[in-house]
Amino acid sequence: MSNAKEIKISREPLLKVVKRDDMPPLKAWLVRFGTLAISFIIIGLFSMAISGKSFGETYEIMFMGVFGRIFEGKLTMLWKYLQEVAMLLALALALTPAFKMKFWNCGAEGQALMGGLAAMICMIELGDILSYPVLIAVIAVTSILAGAVWGLIPAIFKAFFNTNETLFTLMMNYIATQIIAYYLYIKGGGSNVINPVSAGNFPTVGTNEYFVNITVVTVITVIMFIYLKYSKQGYEISVVGESQNTARYIGINVKKVIIRTMAISGALCGVTGMLLVAGKDHSINANLVGGEGFTAILMSWLGQFNPFIMAVMIAIITFIEIGVAKVADTALLNSSFSSIIVGIVILMLVGCEFFIHYSVKFRHNKKEVEA
Amino acid sequence: MIIQFICRAILLGVPLLYGSTGEIITEKSGHLNLGIPGIMYVGAISGVTGSFLYENACGNDIANMSPVLAVLIPLLCSIIGSVLMGLIYSFLTVTLHANQNVTGLALTTLGIGLGNFLGASLINITKSELPSIALTKTSSFFLTELPFADKLGWFGELFLSHDFLTYLAIIIALVATFVLNRTRVGLNLRAVGENPATADAAGINVPKYRYVATCIGSAIAGLGGLQYVMAYANGVWSNNAFGDRGWMAIALVIFAVWKPSLAIVGSFLFGALCNANNYIQGLGTETQELFKMLPYVVTIIVLIITSMRNNKQNQPPASLGVNYFREER
Amino acid sequence: MSTQPAIELKNITKRFGAKVIANKNVNLTAYRGEILSILGENGSGKTTLMNMISGIYFPDEGQIFIDGNEAVITSPKDAFSYRIGMIHQHFKLVEVFSAAENIVLGIDEGKYNLKNSTAEIKKISEQYGFDLDVNKKIYSMSVSEKQTVEIIKVLYRGADILILDEPTAVLTPQETQKLFAILRRMRDDGKCIIIITHKLHEVLSLSDRVSVLRKGEYVGTVNTAETSENELTEMMVGKKISLNIQRDEPKNAEDRLVVNKLTCVDRAGTTVLDDVSFTAKSGEILGIAGIAGSGQRELLEAIAGLQHLSSGEIYYFDPKTGEKENLKDKTPMQIRNMGVRLSFVPEDRLGMGLVGNMDIVDNMMLRSYRKGHSAFLERKKPKDLAMKIIHDLEVVTPSASTPVRRLSGGNVQKVLVGREIAASPTVLMVAYPVRGLDINSSYTIYNLLNEQKEKGVAIVFVGEDLDVLVELCDRIMVIGSGKINGIVDGRTATKEEIGLLMTKSKQEGAEDANE
Repeated sequence: MSNAKEIKISREPLLKVVKRDDMPPLKAWLVRFGTLAISFIIIGLFSMAISGKSFGETYEIMFMGVFGRIFEGKLTMLWKYLQEVAMLLALALALTPAFKMKFWNCGAEGQALMGGLAAMICMIELGDILSYPVLIAVIAVTSILAGAVWGLIPAIFKAFFNTNETLFTLMMNYIATQIIAYYLYIKGGGSNVINPVSAGNFPTVGTNEYFVNITVVTVITVIMFIYLKYSKQGYEISVVGESQNTARYIGINVKKVIIRTMAISGALCGVTGMLLVAGKDHSINANLVGGEGFTAILMSWLGQFNPFIMAVMIAIITFIEIGVAKVADTALLNSSFSSIIVGIVILMLVGCEFFIHYSVKFRHNKKEVEA
Repeated sequence: MIIQFICRAILLGVPLLYGSTGEIITEKSGHLNLGIPGIMYVGAISGVTGSFLYENACGNDIANMSPVLAVLIPLLCSIIGSVLMGLIYSFLTVTLHANQNVTGLALTTLGIGLGNFLGASLINITKSELPSIALTKTSSFFLTELPFADKLGWFGELFLSHDFLTYLAIIIALVATFVLNRTRVGLNLRAVGENPATADAAGINVPKYRYVATCIGSAIAGLGGLQYVMAYANGVWSNNAFGDRGWMAIALVIFAVWKPSLAIVGSFLFGALCNANNYIQGLGTETQELFKMLPYVVTIIVLIITSMRNNKQNQPPASLGVNYFREER
Repeated sequence: MSTQPAIELKNITKRFGAKVIANKNVNLTAYRGEILSILGENGSGKTTLMNMISGIYFPDEGQIFIDGNEAVITSPKDAFSYRIGMIHQHFKLVEVFSAAENIVLGIDEGKYNLKNSTAEIKKISEQYGFDLDVNKKIYSMSVSEKQTVEIIKVLYRGADILILDEPTAVLTPQETQKLFAILRRMRDDGKCIIIITHKLHEVLSLSDRVSVLRKGEYVGTVNTAETSENELTEMMVGKKISLNIQRDEPKNAEDRLVVNKLTCVDRAGTTVLDDVSFTAKSGEILGIAGIAGSGQRELLEAIAGLQHLSSGEIYYFDPKTGEKENLKDKTPMQIRNMGVRLSFVPEDRLGMGLVGNMDIVDNMMLRSYRKGHSAFLERKKPKDLAMKIIHDLEVVTPSASTPVRRLSGGNVQKVLVGREIAASPTVLMVAYPVRGLDINSSYTIYNLLNEQKEKGVAIVFVGEDLDVLVELCDRIMVIGSGKINGIVDGRTATKEEIGLLMTKSKQEGAEDANE
């Protein structure tokens, strides 16, 4: 009898992980931003170690590296930074409706490339034919369509055959890359490079060439927030994402919602591609999106479907990315150091979700008392 | 010509074979590890760093280098590097129940950052003019052919001329097939990926299986990175040259319908597809570019076919991508 | 039969949370070489009790003795080491594995050799008369074959105390007969067999002794030879308890919903509804009684437009125009657009009726969000409705913007029922509306249903507690294996009568098994 009791106690694990779903959203965000703050300190210490500068100096280098001399009225660096933030945000926003529906769109890169390609083709082929406003309109329409089509293909198969979308969209990226390579070859004339095209560029405001891009993304951010939170379609997306059973119960056509949402997601990626081509590079290459499609997935997920929080997250992550690269530069290290840091920060943020959704309980030897 | 084409296809296919064998083992445990591209990259750079240090320690003189150490050091470094990555993934997804897709993608970001950082740092140390490091001496040990390779004509070239990592890849894939299908460990592992609750009820330690499978899978995938540098690239490392091979390896898993033995055929076929453009007569360069999308198109077709046909056998592990949490009772 | 009990339970108590007591001071004894039936209605705690023996749950109080020694069973693995094997209602099998692979899964017995194991499995099969192709994959097996795999799985692990949870629920009469023959053979081989069931005739034909549970408590044990169907029924359902649920006479009852020869086949090809015909009248509550899984869910879903019908018609009579409309093959959306005010409180509240992660306001909109031409949601009315429901039904919640999954079961149900009633339905279907609710919340729900009845709504009430059904409903329809076994008057029917009707359809099969 006493023997059996001992077995029982030894079998009870000391730590017990329990699922919790009662953490208020505010506290959850506190945990997330707390993690971000901790990682900020770690970055500082890391950077100190490699650069041999003091703690304060390190952050100064980071700040200067990102914003430049903004206090002296020189805003070039700031605009550049905002442009970086805007492009990543645009992709993250594009992915958000799909994710909210629990559709893993890993194809932002490809969808953006196709949008960019559409813009490029318009700029080259129609640049001399159409008047400027018409050209811009045509560019917008074609890139939206191109991105949407690229998003629709996997969505249709998902809706009708439940084909795995993660891998499907992933493969679509590389097909897009090859199409770009093909286009570069036929247009690049052996060099595989297209020189910047002047037709169909977005206007510069003053000396600021990124103003249009940043404005467009700001508008998309607000619209996306409203769309997800206040529109009927956004509501349908939530219901489908949460429970397809409930969606059917209230008569939502789940296939239609999947297809429609991916069309939107792809279209917005197409817009991003257009912004990158017509508003920034004025040319195209396979590295147009530069792997940001994957970072955007992480950002959309970290922002938990809230466009504004996403914007803040991206601003911070981009700050870290550029800032740490500058610190590495001054320490004569290469700038890839910042990718490592960003990777670590994101992994920390991913890990901190555990403390939001689970709580760890110590097992008290309650059974002993009972005996 | 045809022999050369096949050999080239095999050489191109081997990194993919490593990657997909590793990913198959991982996925069999229920983990969709999208960190494989990063892990392969880390596997490559770890090996490069190891051999770089060894070459320097030997005063860059091939005469001082022991063939065994020259091979063993990069091999071990590569394995250690990729297993560490696998551990990070397992810790986050198994212990902390983190989302698998997000963890994997973040790991890829980290891995590619690590690779490029170390790579650029090593290039910096050599003060080389070119943005690359050449470890040709170490590579020469890796590239040692089997005896009689050059004496037996086409037979020798086709079957005996490859680097030892190519043979190892095939052996690993065959062993993996055997373990998965013919051993108790394999049976248990497949049960964990299919239905962790059932496996748990049958007394199988689900977290342990997931940790171990992911780490072994990572180690194997990492060797693919190493083979790429040491054999395919003749010991020359340059940043980002590895390209999208990691994603191709993941795609190959579907193509091979989760069977390492089929991955052997699949990887060589992918290698051939990637390379076909160079060997088909009369192709314009622009058509060649279009040819390069073949492996991806084929993968998508396989993906669609597996999902359309309701064959229960060749489906992904039923719990792929789903973390297991034994609910509190 | 030996004199030493193989297994003995003493004063076992198990609680879930603070309020729900699943088992209270249960005592039970089972011997080797006998078949013991554990009889009880749905929710009487049979499965919970057996789960404690097989290591799924751990008792809060009480002791378990195996062969006279106290046993501590904290996991299925422990149970196996005491040679206890349980065959659950939901099979724990890996679909893509063969039978043999499933049977040997998780056992460490030296070198892995499926051939040797197969030989061993064949030996067991022959010993007890199982008919099993060991190389067949689980996904291509019938339910009965899967069950066979589960039984062999525990035998292969050396179990000599076998617990079967509702083993015949999914079997045809012929399969049931076969299973019983095997169980008898195992009994004769000296094994201790415990079967959980609520089917009287099976109990009588198969078991040596019967232990009865009612509402988590142990009622008693009788020898099968010395008992009768009537005695067992009385033990199982208990003396009539008066619940004092209000029941008025239906006023101007007219046909509202006429279901005619409804037949429904599920994806696996099983007929889940078989030629079902009935009429639901306005101003009355039509109860549906039956063993869980007899087609109740499919019936309600078919009416709501969520199930594909093989044949049959569903007619709705519009109370205003008196027009007759056929709801067959209409989607939920089309039904609503036809002006049919059909409300449905499904069994799965958080998985179907509500979205757990959404707050109360957003859940209010589920039915109504499409109203109007605007592309945007209108949250004012849902918010008012949410506040009204919280106030009127006394929903305990921090606020209207609390995700519903964080509410207690009773409050979740109030939100769901409140929403469905707010649509001022003419037909209201409710499935197990008081399951898991405490007494007060249950009465709130009964009162709401009575109010709707008063308003002339046709109410279809699927319930499991016969006491409630006979006090609340005007008519009670008894369903068994997808067929209507009878419709009785709620005012005159007895629980025994309903209990017998519930098990009617399987009677023939059971008699065969009796031989």
